[in-house]
Amino acid sequence: MVPKLNRWKRFADWDERPLRLDKFAAEDPANGFSAFSSPADPKPGIGITGGRVVSLDGVLEHDYDMIDRFIARHHIDPEVAPEAMALDSATVARWLVDMNVPRETLVRLAHGMTPAKLAEVVAQLNALEIAFAYSKMRARKTPGNQAHVTNAKDDPLQLAADAATAVAFGFDEIETTMRVSRNAWSNAVACAVGGAVGRWGTLFQCSSEEAEELRIAMAGFTSYAETVSVYGTEKSFTDGDDTPWSKAFLAAAYASRGVKMRCTSGAGSELLMGFHEAKSLLYLEARCLCLQRGMGVQGTQNGGIDGAPLTATIPGGVRELMAENLIAVWLDLECASGNDARSTESEIRVGAKILPYLIAGSDLICSGMGSILKYDNSFNPSLINGEELEDYLVLQRDFEADGGLTPLPESRAIELRERAVEAIAAVFEELGLSSPTEDMKTSVVYASGSDDTRSLMPRDVSFISEAIKERGITVIDVVKALANRGFREEAENLLNVVKLRLSGDYLQTSAMIRNGRIVSAVNDPNDYLGPGSGYRVSEERRLQLNDIRDVLDQKEVLRSEALHEKDEARHIRYRNLGPAANGSAKEDVVIGISPAFGLKLYRTTAGHRLSEVLGAMLNAIRARGLKARVVRFRHTADTSFLGLSAARLAGSGIGIGIQAKGTAVIHQRDRQPHNNLELFSNAPITRLEHYRALGANAAAYALGEMPEPIVVPQRGEAMGSRYHARVALIYAIETGLTEAGAAPEEVDITLTGAKS
Amino acid sequence: MTHTRADYPLAETQPGAVTGKHGKALPEITLDAVLAGEVTMEDLRITPQALQAQADVARDVGRPTLALNFERGAELVEVPQDFIMQVYELLRPGRAKSKEELLGAAATMRDTYQAERIARFIEEAAETYAARGLFTFRF
Repeated sequence: MVPKLNRWKRFADWDERPLRLDKFAAEDPANGFSAFSSPADPKPGIGITGGRVVSLDGVLEHDYDMIDRFIARHHIDPEVAPEAMALDSATVARWLVDMNVPRETLVRLAHGMTPAKLAEVVAQLNALEIAFAYSKMRARKTPGNQAHVTNAKDDPLQLAADAATAVAFGFDEIETTMRVSRNAWSNAVACAVGGAVGRWGTLFQCSSEEAEELRIAMAGFTSYAETVSVYGTEKSFTDGDDTPWSKAFLAAAYASRGVKMRCTSGAGSELLMGFHEAKSLLYLEARCLCLQRGMGVQGTQNGGIDGAPLTATIPGGVRELMAENLIAVWLDLECASGNDARSTESEIRVGAKILPYLIAGSDLICSGMGSILKYDNSFNPSLINGEELEDYLVLQRDFEADGGLTPLPESRAIELRERAVEAIAAVFEELGLSSPTEDMKTSVVYASGSDDTRSLMPRDVSFISEAIKERGITVIDVVKALANRGFREEAENLLNVVKLRLSGDYLQTSAMIRNGRIVSAVNDPNDYLGPGSGYRVSEERRLQLNDIRDVLDQKEVLRSEALHEKDEARHIRYRNLGPAANGSAKEDVVIGISPAFGLKLYRTTAGHRLSEVLGAMLNAIRARGLKARVVRFRHTADTSFLGLSAARLAGSGIGIGIQAKGTAVIHQRDRQPHNNLELFSNAPITRLEHYRALGANAAAYALGEMPEPIVVPQRGEAMGSRYHARVALIYAIETGLTEAGAAPEEVDITLTGAKS
Repeated sequence: MTHTRADYPLAETQPGAVTGKHGKALPEITLDAVLAGEVTMEDLRITPQALQAQADVARDVGRPTLALNFERGAELVEVPQDFIMQVYELLRPGRAKSKEELLGAAATMRDTYQAERIARFIEEAAETYAARGLFTFRF
């Protein structure tokens, strides 16, 4: 007896999926687990007296906490506020998705809106509307992307190689951090050098302790900073060991050194830090973003960031991440839109998370994407990592959406990695910091990750790093070292990046460098006003996005078939005997082959020689004492018609139709073309034993038996994605040889039995 | 003169007018000059003038808060790194033990470095920290 179970086995199947590693949290506003609204969120409101903001979202000036106070003084424009706050939130929400309402109109209104108002407006949009509004509202027209470049050993050789690779993939910014904090200076020099290989203009940051980071920038190695965190509650802010004023002061300090800077904030940080005041994630984030505009930073790294995984456990959390990014760009801030923390183990959730950003575009779609392997990411794995980077390239191609990256040929990658490793080794030697061996360098060039390298270890790196710091080595020394050792191009490239800080052009909102020129929200403003406006993928760019590796075309298919032609010639001979006759004997079974079978095409999609396939079927039929003939049809290449035509010629009334790619059918005279006896449609998984059984069953039908139909077992392979491009190209070769009214030809088959 | 968006990017529209701290203009900062030892880190420092120009541009494109940050930055160009880091440290929670410490830093910014906006900004912080009890000792 079949025992009863206590569960549906499907749930046991689901238990095995990566998704079940994700944990989900119940909505619980009182404990801070609420994405869009909480009873504790204030109603939007503002009081202005004599140009002074005397109440903000229901809090009177006297009761302002630090954040209220900063927002009231530095964000709210009292001239705009009365008008903006009086607007119906639903109306403003509609304007955000109305292509006829220009971005500037909405940006001006945001200057007069309180955090609660901004949150109330965007909360009215569904996910699609948020993505659309984001696309319309982001500050710079051209989208970009950022990479993480780190490794588990802080190995500078690998950092240089990986930085060069990231630059070649087209990342506009690269960000590093360390496993061991004292290695910051070595990381900075390594990425600065690697990032100067191949082209110039990739901005670079080294995320470290605030004061150290500014010192590294002062030495010229880095060109921007982004880990200047702000929080939405006062307690979180002070636990983060800062205040809005200390952070704003730091922002001015970066400007004074000509170094680009953005702040960081994201949903979930207050919740993680334990001071959420029972407010919704979106409201707290709206406070962070108003603060940032008030501080006068040009941009924000926003969208959950370290809090993204927590946010994604909450109902609507992923939509909330999109909504906070929308507030950021509505406030006219550059947005490095998160998509950096691995917020799920489910690849479906990863793909779903990135898609709206890819198609909407963003100043920096990821902040950043792991250009390195997951285990090498010293920030923690990113949403998309070195392992999956190619998937992202394909998504760009699928949607003809510019995600900021360009496919990189393998040979070019190796070339750049060699160059980068040689360059950093030369700099270290020239400056007396280290002398990497040939083995070290070679191990890094070909390594996918630090598990593959035999290079410098964190302790070695600490000596290098501390020497750079203590000796006061600057970018000038590194530029000289590069040039002195023959890396003149890299020296120029590095110098060009440092020179950016003189004019300060790249301090403006959403600035990046493309083809040696500044592209920012000032000279490349998002001018979206409906189809045909805003960012469009140019034909030239489209071709770049399309250029992924291993793309099939007909030439490629013919080339691979040509490889098999000679081989088949040793196994089989086809001899045309002229027009095929109608069989009359009951023992007569016909195998109908397609026009290109054995003439232009030589293997099934499963890789079996057509000679072996034919042999298997012929032998199986003959084994039952029947006679088998082979007839080539040229009036059709369709399996069903091949089979039916064969059956009509056969004295037994039973025929087999088979295409060169291996798709086969058993047919019977007098049946409708597509109502066959047995169909073998999954050629890629059809093995010789199946063709043998097919022959045996055809014989059985001819003998009037009722055999068990052959089942070619499949395990849910995405047959279409694996084979259809090839199949379509092959089939076109077959149909290209068809000729209306061409008579069937009797073919004599000689199997020469050569063994390969 | 006030700059507008038409002047942007300065490095392209007026490279000769973009200079480092010692007056060396962008086109003069070449690799050969670096190799000849004619370029120091100070030549690669932004000037208050360039920051003011960027502030003008930011204001012209409707970003008044960004402009103010550039103007605060312009005031800090001449302030030594150590003092900047000292004031930053003082502005962090619980570092200053009294309002007076911050007001002292503000006075130095104003008197020694003519950093008026920065001074007012620190004074505003002092007032806020007093109101929010941030001068408490943190263990």
